[in-house]
Amino acid sequence: MASVSEDNLELQEIQKLEGHTDRVWGLAWNPTSGADGVPAVLASCSGDKTVKIWQKSPSTSSFHLKATIEETHTRTVRSCSWSPSGKLLATASFDATTAIWEQVGDDFECLATLEGHENEVKSVSWNASGSLLATCSRDKSIWIWEALPGNEFDCVSVLQGHTQDVKMVLWHPSEDILFSCSYDNTIKVWAEDGDSDDWHCVQTLKEANNGHSSTVWSISFNATGDKMVTSSDDLSIKVWGADIVRVQSGEGYAPWKHLCTLSGYHDRTVFSVHWSREGIISSGAADDAIRLFVENQDDLGDGPMYRLLSKKEKAHEQDVNCVQWGSKESGLLASSSDDCSVKIWKLGPRH
Amino acid sequence: MLKKLIYLILIEKMVVGLINANPVVYEKKERRPRTGPVVLEDEYAVESIDQLEIFDHIRDIKDPEHPYSLEDLKVITEDAIEVDDKRSYVRVTFTPTVEHCSMATVIGLCLRVKLMRSLPSRYKVDIRVAPGTHATEAAVNKQLNDKERVAAALENPNLVGMVDDCLAPSFE
Repeated sequence: MASVSEDNLELQEIQKLEGHTDRVWGLAWNPTSGADGVPAVLASCSGDKTVKIWQKSPSTSSFHLKATIEETHTRTVRSCSWSPSGKLLATASFDATTAIWEQVGDDFECLATLEGHENEVKSVSWNASGSLLATCSRDKSIWIWEALPGNEFDCVSVLQGHTQDVKMVLWHPSEDILFSCSYDNTIKVWAEDGDSDDWHCVQTLKEANNGHSSTVWSISFNATGDKMVTSSDDLSIKVWGADIVRVQSGEGYAPWKHLCTLSGYHDRTVFSVHWSREGIISSGAADDAIRLFVENQDDLGDGPMYRLLSKKEKAHEQDVNCVQWGSKESGLLASSSDDCSVKIWKLGPRH
Repeated sequence: MLKKLIYLILIEKMVVGLINANPVVYEKKERRPRTGPVVLEDEYAVESIDQLEIFDHIRDIKDPEHPYSLEDLKVITEDAIEVDDKRSYVRVTFTPTVEHCSMATVIGLCLRVKLMRSLPSRYKVDIRVAPGTHATEAAVNKQLNDKERVAAALENPNLVGMVDDCLAPSFE
């Protein structure tokens, strides 16, 4: 792939995946697929109450529908997430449950249903080792579940703190630190006190800390885990940084600080951001467009700044709800939309 | 949140009667007959035609509490509609009949659903209460413009039933 500092890159549409009969809310690439002879696998979840599994065919290099997971969730499936081993898929639904699935042959079997939230579950995330799962809901709480042998999941903590609907939860890529973002316009950071299952909020990023001024919809980390990007209904995306080496060395918690705000680029709510391993931030918004941002190489010494690399207008016919870079193949991006479709894109030189 | 509102409204109705028992009903505006296709010199003339079209979609929506339309009660007026057809954008500003109207979110939802069903899918719709006309204006506006909250609310059969009742006269 061409160097990220070159300005002549754009997204080229490779394929449009159709099949869902309602808006597609979320996407998740299977983390162990897409290299070493394992064909890339993508899960998509929808307002049609199903999850579809798409697999890339090695011979044709195009994606085909491998399986449809249906008849478990009774309402919209809002988000899905593969475990780090790639063996399990968690699905979060407006029916207030989270289901855990395992692939058995060509089918997916439901191993467990996690209940507890009072209303719609919005997001689910596995930690780096796959030992913990986090879910969040309109009931303002976040539940942390422990994955035990025999496909048992026990709730180890219920986190209260957000004053409104929690839109997304995401574990840090290497540490057991949990991040959440909400309709209350804040981002919260949660960590465990020793090993006591006593989880508490260690930091809140509010409007006053250069935070967002409206609902925060999405969070993503860079490859090294020392920066994160967030997107919001306030039409901006913000980059934050922390001295992660301090955390990794056990010197205690390192607070996150605002580094950069990218505003003036989006015309409507930014529903999703995702940071690629190569350092490209992609965003999906309600103006039907996908945008790519990279670090500005002309660093004036004020700290990292970011610039727009490329904009794909009318990437979809309606709102883009989710963007996700592929797990292994570089420059591969999937997007999902209210237009009921999923699109596969490849980053390449501009024609 | 919306489910809670419905329960509150039902309880309130049982205890104190209608929230706004004596709404002001305005004389209905005469409906302008639409003329055939017109050659337009002024591109802005296109917008005012579209404004009427939007108004036609929503004027007959029934108020959730009274047997009157949103037009009758001046909850919506033609002037309170902003349309930009080229950018596929519309914003509807509505005025609840009373400042503490707990029906504001229901009315807003009715407007959104009717426009969703009537306009091409390329349209972006913003709904808001007229500034200064509602006690919790920012909170109502935020809910009405949160796509995920609206989607979840529309999976609630009770709320959908209520919305459909309000929309029925507007489809005739």
